[in-house]
Amino acid sequence: MKKMLSNPALWRGVVSIAVFLVLWEIGARSKQWMAPEFFAPFKEFLGAMGFKKDYLPWIGAVPAPSAVLDSWTAVFVDASYWQSWYMSFFRVMSGFIAAMLIGIPFGLSLAMSRVAHGIGFPVFEVLRPIPPLAWVPASIIFWPTQETAIAFITFLGAFYTIVINVLGGARSIDVRYFQAARSMGSSRWDIFRRVILPGTLPSIVVGSAVGMGITWEVVVAAEMISGGGSQIGGTRGGGLGFFIWLSYVGGSYEQIVVGMISIGIAGFVSSELLRWGGRYATPWLKAR
Amino acid sequence: MAESKITPKVIPGELAVQGVSKSYGAIHFRKEVVHDCSFTIERAKLTVMVGPSGCGKSTLIRLLAGFEQPSAGTVTLDGAPITGPDRDRLVLFQETALFPWMTTWDNILYGPRARGQLTKEALEFGEFLLVKVGLQDFRDKYPGQLSGGMQRRAELARAMINNPKVMILDEPFRGLDAMTKELMWEYYSRLYEENRRTNFFVTTDIDEAVFLADRVLVMSNIPTQVRAVIDVDLPRPRKLSDLVESDRANDIKKQALSILHAEAMRSFSRGSKAAADFVEAYLKRASRA
Repeated sequence: MKKMLSNPALWRGVVSIAVFLVLWEIGARSKQWMAPEFFAPFKEFLGAMGFKKDYLPWIGAVPAPSAVLDSWTAVFVDASYWQSWYMSFFRVMSGFIAAMLIGIPFGLSLAMSRVAHGIGFPVFEVLRPIPPLAWVPASIIFWPTQETAIAFITFLGAFYTIVINVLGGARSIDVRYFQAARSMGSSRWDIFRRVILPGTLPSIVVGSAVGMGITWEVVVAAEMISGGGSQIGGTRGGGLGFFIWLSYVGGSYEQIVVGMISIGIAGFVSSELLRWGGRYATPWLKAR
Repeated sequence: MAESKITPKVIPGELAVQGVSKSYGAIHFRKEVVHDCSFTIERAKLTVMVGPSGCGKSTLIRLLAGFEQPSAGTVTLDGAPITGPDRDRLVLFQETALFPWMTTWDNILYGPRARGQLTKEALEFGEFLLVKVGLQDFRDKYPGQLSGGMQRRAELARAMINNPKVMILDEPFRGLDAMTKELMWEYYSRLYEENRRTNFFVTTDIDEAVFLADRVLVMSNIPTQVRAVIDVDLPRPRKLSDLVESDRANDIKKQALSILHAEAMRSFSRGSKAAADFVEAYLKRASRA
């Protein structure tokens, strides 16, 4: 703990965040002492140059961090806020875990079998460029509940990255490892278990980390578009994406920022969990 | 002696290469890397193959190990043709092929574990080898935590636990610094002198070849053939300091060098008239001297 406190990197981080918050606060409060007419000459100038007069963004329109904090303490005791957390986490995790369970074996079989690669890869490569969000309408039609539709879309977000990383990782295992294993009498199963699997593990970790990031992006957008699966939760518990959308519709700009920061924290926590798991699974990498 | 109880009996093998050719590429773009090559790797001897770099030595190793099949001719171990990789011919590669995800100890035990023969004897032998290669303090370290010399020694142990009939080493000490390299030469030759397996060692380094070998095979350029076989009749055990002063060793070195030099010049000049003239002049002068 003492060592952590004397670490300059920690203090640089603290200062960076503090300066950011102070500047934001000052900027947001500028509406108190700076009237919009203040910009009139500048707007005239822009108009003269042929731009629209109200083209200029103004930070005064953004809620101040202190106001956001107030709003946050208000929702902090509200169960529906935590229900939103739970719903988003649940969707991210179910989509992500499904992507791992299907993506890792699929990627490995593409890498190991020429037949599987020949059959599976072309379809995969055609579907891969379709952004997960383009699937939203189709999957709402296809899946019986909105919940499964959202989970499916988050699944897609992580699936492609995981498969591509597993495939690349398994293929880049040095041929010498296979030759050595075969010379020493390994069976095919033994080579899979003790060479291919651990050799691909670092790529699985990287693919999962990237996939996790995409999953959060996708789940928020999917919740906004689909109305947050209102069949099950109603206005309560539509997920963090729907929480933001609802705040926007309700005109509570502070709550929008609360929702944004919540997603930031949620994404950070899940990446950190994944990194921790990854380090645990690949002890030889940190040992260097 | 405790050692002989732990160490399984070594049965050295003899590898024979007869009229072997190997070419790569499609019909119209075929390139013959090895052409009608014949030699034997004699039983319980340390045979060293030297040749200019890129002369197809690694191709020969892949054939001997059974990773590839020759286009023509036969490769046999004790008279039986080689059909695929097997534990009786183990290869140490140019760069380390230790599994990075296994500790030293797990790497050494890879062979017995893969064959389901992780017996008490195998564990004892593994323990013995771990001490033999001086890595008992690095038992639970990963290869990434070992120095280059340690990695090579761990790999030697990983091969020896399988008790192969022939050990094949493909420029194993390349890339080590000069000091470590010389230590590894002495270490490796001591190891060989102790158990007299059939060893086949490939290198581009003449000093290495003469210090280690019972027999030196000097190779030609592509397509690879044996240019000369030199018996190195230096007494064992050998020490590097003795070798520097030995006239016999220097004679052998010169003999091998002149063959290699001519080969290297020929490959250097291929396709260039000026360089070919230069080589011709060099060869004339060499024959006059």
